[in-house]
Amino acid sequence: MRAVDLIVIGAGPAGMAAAVEAAGAGLSVAMLDEQAAPGGQIYRAVTGAGAGRGDVLGKDYLHGASLVEAMSALGVSPLCRAVVWNIAPDAEGITVTYSQDGRAAKVRAARLVLATGALERPVPIPGWTLPGVMTAGAGQILLKASGVVAQRAVLAGSGPLLYLLAVQMVRAGQPPLALVETQGAGDMWRALPHLARGLRGWRTLAKGVGLLAQLRRAGVRRITGAGDLVVEGDAHAAALRFTVGGQVQLIACDTVLLHQGVVPNTQISRALRMEHDWRAGQHAFTPRLDAWGESTVPGVFVAGDGAGIAGAAAAEQAGRLAGLQVAHQLGRIDGAAREARARGPAARLAAERALRPFLEVAYPPAPQVLSPADTTIICRCEEVTAGQVRGWAKLGCMGPNQTKAFGRVGMGPCQGRFCGLSVTALLAQAHGMTPEAVGAYRVRPPYKPVTLGELASLDAGETP
Amino acid sequence: MMRRILGCSGRPVLFRDLSPDAPRVRVTLDGQVLHLPAGANLAAALLGAGITTFRMTPVSGASRGPFCMMGACFDCLIGVEGVTRQACMMQVSDGMVLTRPLGKGGA
Repeated sequence: MRAVDLIVIGAGPAGMAAAVEAAGAGLSVAMLDEQAAPGGQIYRAVTGAGAGRGDVLGKDYLHGASLVEAMSALGVSPLCRAVVWNIAPDAEGITVTYSQDGRAAKVRAARLVLATGALERPVPIPGWTLPGVMTAGAGQILLKASGVVAQRAVLAGSGPLLYLLAVQMVRAGQPPLALVETQGAGDMWRALPHLARGLRGWRTLAKGVGLLAQLRRAGVRRITGAGDLVVEGDAHAAALRFTVGGQVQLIACDTVLLHQGVVPNTQISRALRMEHDWRAGQHAFTPRLDAWGESTVPGVFVAGDGAGIAGAAAAEQAGRLAGLQVAHQLGRIDGAAREARARGPAARLAAERALRPFLEVAYPPAPQVLSPADTTIICRCEEVTAGQVRGWAKLGCMGPNQTKAFGRVGMGPCQGRFCGLSVTALLAQAHGMTPEAVGAYRVRPPYKPVTLGELASLDAGETP
Repeated sequence: MMRRILGCSGRPVLFRDLSPDAPRVRVTLDGQVLHLPAGANLAAALLGAGITTFRMTPVSGASRGPFCMMGACFDCLIGVEGVTRQACMMQVSDGMVLTRPLGKGGA
């Protein structure tokens, strides 16, 4: 079995920065990522197809290439298309099992940095399972990795990503038909008190203001304060219906790109039984970490959006801090060197995080998404509705794991990634409990489906 | 209303390919011949060819297509050489034989 000092899972900004700091301090690093090339979702395909589309995708996107270069200059070459499906920490280290091109393998290290990023917050509205309905993130990935752009699309929901995607679509010559936003003027008023502190994150704020100005110039239709979103269509999305100011409106379209912000991908942190806390402002759970990103599982760090949503710039800094601490723990740099090198990243991280309370209040998830109507599907895989979960709660079902026995919710191929938060919210509402008290699905390996052939390819003679 | 651009299969192309001149390879989907960009992300390439329904669900038989494009939602499942795979995690290769999982009521 290959053995290294540090394993990094996820080649986005946090993972790449952690690898750079650790390798720079002389540690051996193994990096694994599911995708075909490093970059994560934010810098997806930045060294490949995306590199030629800087005019569409923007300067911030191209920054990702400098991280890839820094990593390869230090001799870290990511294992791409590597799907991690088991992680076993023990007293001496951590063993990670993954599949790559149909074969499984193990790698072992003294430390592990999880940099598995974010998922789109589930957007359970009527019609969200129809072909033609995708996440805004998916719309952006199509642009970055494949140069494919939706022709007659409506962008719907809440959050700055919608502005960025809309501008990128304008630059690609295919502006969206409309931007239908669920947050309203009231949310912005409520957010203003957070703005003074948020000004430390002025770079990101200025970018948002610039995006809105570009959308205005391009004449993209923008509707705010929309509610009761419904995607209409029989076997394919045909229109987005919504209510604004008491009036029902309908926009015919072929594609609906939904967004209600992103949430930490806690699939692996949950599987490792880390302690998690409910972050009310983010309407999501985050793993409990120390200032360097080390979790309640000793030797296992979490960096980037997987530790709480703060964006790519913050993720990069958090990755640096984790990498420095690993180098320190393994005796490669002393405390003074760690402090000196951490000063810059820590300050930048604090500045980026300062903007989040403003953004969280200005762009909240829509009430319809946090408490879906009874007939709305919340578990896409098993096609379970919100009403079914409420019914089970009435029968005495108390926790997310029990719901699995009642109706297979969360037991489909996505393993609860796109229904977990909805189930927790519905049970909390039904029982008048906090999301923290309700808890979350228990996640078990394999984290992704694995074939018998892959299992068989593991060398049986190896000790774990 | 905006004029719809028709793809080679005659169906409206809902996604525009920003690099239409990329070299193509021959792929079949349920026996239908498609010419997709070699090495492209399979889910993106199918969307670019006007294919938006990738499968029917096992529970109700409802149509599904790509949703997250990052390997998390498992909605873009499609048969590749007889094995159900996530299309968004695969690359187009010459001669690929694709089939739509038919789900409930299907074979």
